[in-house]
Amino acid sequence: MEWEVVIGLETHTQLQTNTKIFSGASVKYGAEPNTQACEVSIALPGVLPVLNKEAVNCAIKFGLAINAEIAPRSVFARKNYFYPDLPKGYQISQFELPVVGKGAVTIQVPAVGKNAAYEKVVNITRAHLEEDAGKSVHGAVEGMSGIDLNRAGTPLLEIVTEPDMRSAAEAVAYAKKLHELVQWIGICDGNMQEGSFRCDVNVSVRKKGSDKLGTRREIKNLNSFKFMTQAIEYETRWQIETLEDGGTIHQATVLFNPDTGETRAMRSKEEANDYRYFPDPDLLPLEITEADKARIHAQMPELPEAMKARFEAQFGLTGYDAASLTASRELANYFVATVDKGAEAKPAANWVMGAISAKLNAEEKPLEDSPVSAEQLASLLKRIADNTISNNAAKQVFEAMWNGEGEVDAIIEAKGLKQVSDTGAIEAIIDEVLVANAAMVEEFKAGKEKAFNALVGQAMKASKGKANPAQVNELLKKKLTA
Amino acid sequence: MSNTSLTNSSLFQLSQMLANKAISSVELTQAFLNRIDALNPSINAYIALDKDKTLAQAKAADARIAAGSAEPLTGIPVAQKDIFCAKDWQTTCGSKMLANFIAPYDAHVITLFNAAGAVNLGKTNMDEFAMGSSNETSYFGGVKNPWDFDRVPGGSSGGSAAAVAARLCAAATGTDTGGSIRQPASLCGFTGLKPTYGVVSRYGMIAFASSLDQAGPMAKSAEDCALMMNVMAGFDERDSTSLNRAKEDYTRELAKPLHGLKIGLPKEYFAEGLDASVATVIEAAIAEYKKLGAEIVEISLPNTGLSIPVYYVLAPAEASSNLSRYDGVRYGHRAAEYTDLMDMYNKSRAEGFGAEVKRRILIGTYVLSAGYYDAYYLKAQQIRRLIAQDFVEAFKQCDVIMGPAAPSTAFKAGEKVDDPVAMYLQDIYTISTNLAGLPGMSVPAGFSNGLPVGLQIIGNYFDEARMLNVAHQYQQVTDWHTQMPDLTMPKDIA
Repeated sequence: MEWEVVIGLETHTQLQTNTKIFSGASVKYGAEPNTQACEVSIALPGVLPVLNKEAVNCAIKFGLAINAEIAPRSVFARKNYFYPDLPKGYQISQFELPVVGKGAVTIQVPAVGKNAAYEKVVNITRAHLEEDAGKSVHGAVEGMSGIDLNRAGTPLLEIVTEPDMRSAAEAVAYAKKLHELVQWIGICDGNMQEGSFRCDVNVSVRKKGSDKLGTRREIKNLNSFKFMTQAIEYETRWQIETLEDGGTIHQATVLFNPDTGETRAMRSKEEANDYRYFPDPDLLPLEITEADKARIHAQMPELPEAMKARFEAQFGLTGYDAASLTASRELANYFVATVDKGAEAKPAANWVMGAISAKLNAEEKPLEDSPVSAEQLASLLKRIADNTISNNAAKQVFEAMWNGEGEVDAIIEAKGLKQVSDTGAIEAIIDEVLVANAAMVEEFKAGKEKAFNALVGQAMKASKGKANPAQVNELLKKKLTA
Repeated sequence: MSNTSLTNSSLFQLSQMLANKAISSVELTQAFLNRIDALNPSINAYIALDKDKTLAQAKAADARIAAGSAEPLTGIPVAQKDIFCAKDWQTTCGSKMLANFIAPYDAHVITLFNAAGAVNLGKTNMDEFAMGSSNETSYFGGVKNPWDFDRVPGGSSGGSAAAVAARLCAAATGTDTGGSIRQPASLCGFTGLKPTYGVVSRYGMIAFASSLDQAGPMAKSAEDCALMMNVMAGFDERDSTSLNRAKEDYTRELAKPLHGLKIGLPKEYFAEGLDASVATVIEAAIAEYKKLGAEIVEISLPNTGLSIPVYYVLAPAEASSNLSRYDGVRYGHRAAEYTDLMDMYNKSRAEGFGAEVKRRILIGTYVLSAGYYDAYYLKAQQIRRLIAQDFVEAFKQCDVIMGPAAPSTAFKAGEKVDDPVAMYLQDIYTISTNLAGLPGMSVPAGFSNGLPVGLQIIGNYFDEARMLNVAHQYQQVTDWHTQMPDLTMPKDIA
């Protein structure tokens, strides 16, 4: 029997604002417990929420970025439940009328095994603004649980997809795309370890061809893409095996244990709360005008899709290269800066995706920590373009620059890597090589094409790598066929 | 001047005396504190008194007066309903839940009184979390009606009401969610105003039903209320429902003649349920207004009968959520012993809240529950809009609406405690203005069997200055508002 997995995601993105969504308290991560808990964060008697406009701007940015309907009027609602880290006994969220409505995200699903890479559209159901809860801290005080309310009231945008994904690969591709997008438009720092970007994954399975959804289980708080893949794959297998063994799936919230690689039910639907949502009487409906949208639109950076199309049209890059370069805003900016500093686009693209990315990956460094700046890379590429150095020599110069040995020209000078382009000098070298390798010359003349490459190699070796390879080729050909 | 006439003076007179240095704020404050010492043990109007803090404020006010930077209320002792957080003051909201709570910050209203140089005399008694119409739900005990100690002062602002009536303060603050300023003002015989929703900031005012709660002045006269409003009203960015309007002078229309004023009398306010002796007093007051040149128009507010059921869906719904924060985790009452988290919640809340509060939390939780929300909460919201629409139609025909503030005079303590519906009916004439967000006031209009009766004046949105004018002109030709209960005082104080 063939099974199909159906996946939808709910992602909590922490918005990059200076203060909390309903108060002036700081949202900086990692402060001493309860030092960022003002009277509103603690929910003292009598305090009231005031909406942070910056959080609304973030929501509008996201709506614009995914081409979504942005509600002219949305409503904050109270989600009522008791928990020690929820100081008011309710969370202010949005329920019936969210700020962002239907939209879509195009994802690139990478090739897996025999399956080729492909593009897919994931539909966004909604995105709504809400406040985060605080944290329970266990073990800080002997025999007691502590409550840290620094995080309480941190602004979140919860982004909900349709159940459009059909594999762990698709789910992860979506999550990565979303992760990149929210950073690209500057609404979230994307730090998964600090909980700035948290994914809950709804997984269900059904028989292939069925259009009825199976019962879903929700995997909570996955804080890495690796865990997300593992958790979905385990959960899918578990659900299929359960059904094939004649069991039934019960709606539940499950947690993924990275140590065992398993998911386990945390609470079942039967124990779930009735949240008694109702419009928060302390807050007016949120109204967003066309003018608000236009103002925010004007502050938005060029979006990845648009930039990708521009790279293809303006620089003649392939779709693949353009997509790779626009995978992150930093990478795209680095590439553009390299070109702006005088490098040709295609080599710049190759070096950014090749040498630079490889080095960063190997050293697990973010692009902003690259020891080679876009300007330095551009000077290097210019020296290749003007034949000062060969591609091979450029690799040595790059290595040296990466290790902080100085600027391009100084390194070329110090290492003596300058390419010889003087025709007379190269001719002299070739003449010597032809004399010294008479046997090879005979082979070439007898029709062995390979011998030519060997002779080029000898000439390059004799020049200690400095001869311009194109000139060596040309002059050698001339002499052999003369 | 005797101390009684001092404590019986209007805010304007007191302000003049302070400015002329005829008295000091410390002397004036001490006079009220002496009266409180003598009378409060029997009346129980105050929950918290702190003479050191109070006198320190009076001293500071005297310095300010001496420096020539006084404002009209500088140096005047004002009682604050215990629903307002006041920094370093016990702030209980009439509940055991907050009996141990010392507020670490000032409510916006308190900030404004402090800035005006007013002296905080103390925190007044109230129904627990403002839920009640007799002050009998207070954890700190009932409050005596100064006109008859066997009777209730009304509620929920019963402490402030008794304090104003017994001259235990120059004026007081109250809050009104369904009638909690106007009904006690009627039962205790003084002037109380509930402003348009959003005119006075709710920041730091402990929430009962957020969409209905509104603070206002409780004082001896309309003029005093106007001076109080000049301090209390104004935009506050910390309250999202606060209205961003230019500051206004509420005394500006007091002197205006009433000739041509159109008074609407809703027939529903004079129907079954209204005590006949109350009706007589109200009719006499209306006759007085006719003499002042007003025209009378009969109007209808057809949905009046729905206001109590609508209110008792919406107010408890909001309250059930507003009171969730009292969980024993961060402040307030926590049970001494518990086995786990759920047990701590259950015991702390079971011990911390009184019966009426629990009843409303249960009602509110019920009407918001899945499967009941549409039938109760949503339906009530729809009817709320109809009730507001009634007033829109009515104000097309008149400038102000008049009627009784309460269906009866003060009732006996214990009389209605076991019959919540009878208690809820006390607010039949006041609740619809809260639902509509309109301003309303109660003005002393006479007596029935020695007990005060209040005339209610309902105005259109933001018409407070006009309403105060309408009340003030009446108070120029009547003396009901100057009458005070005969309270036996020890000789050395009287």
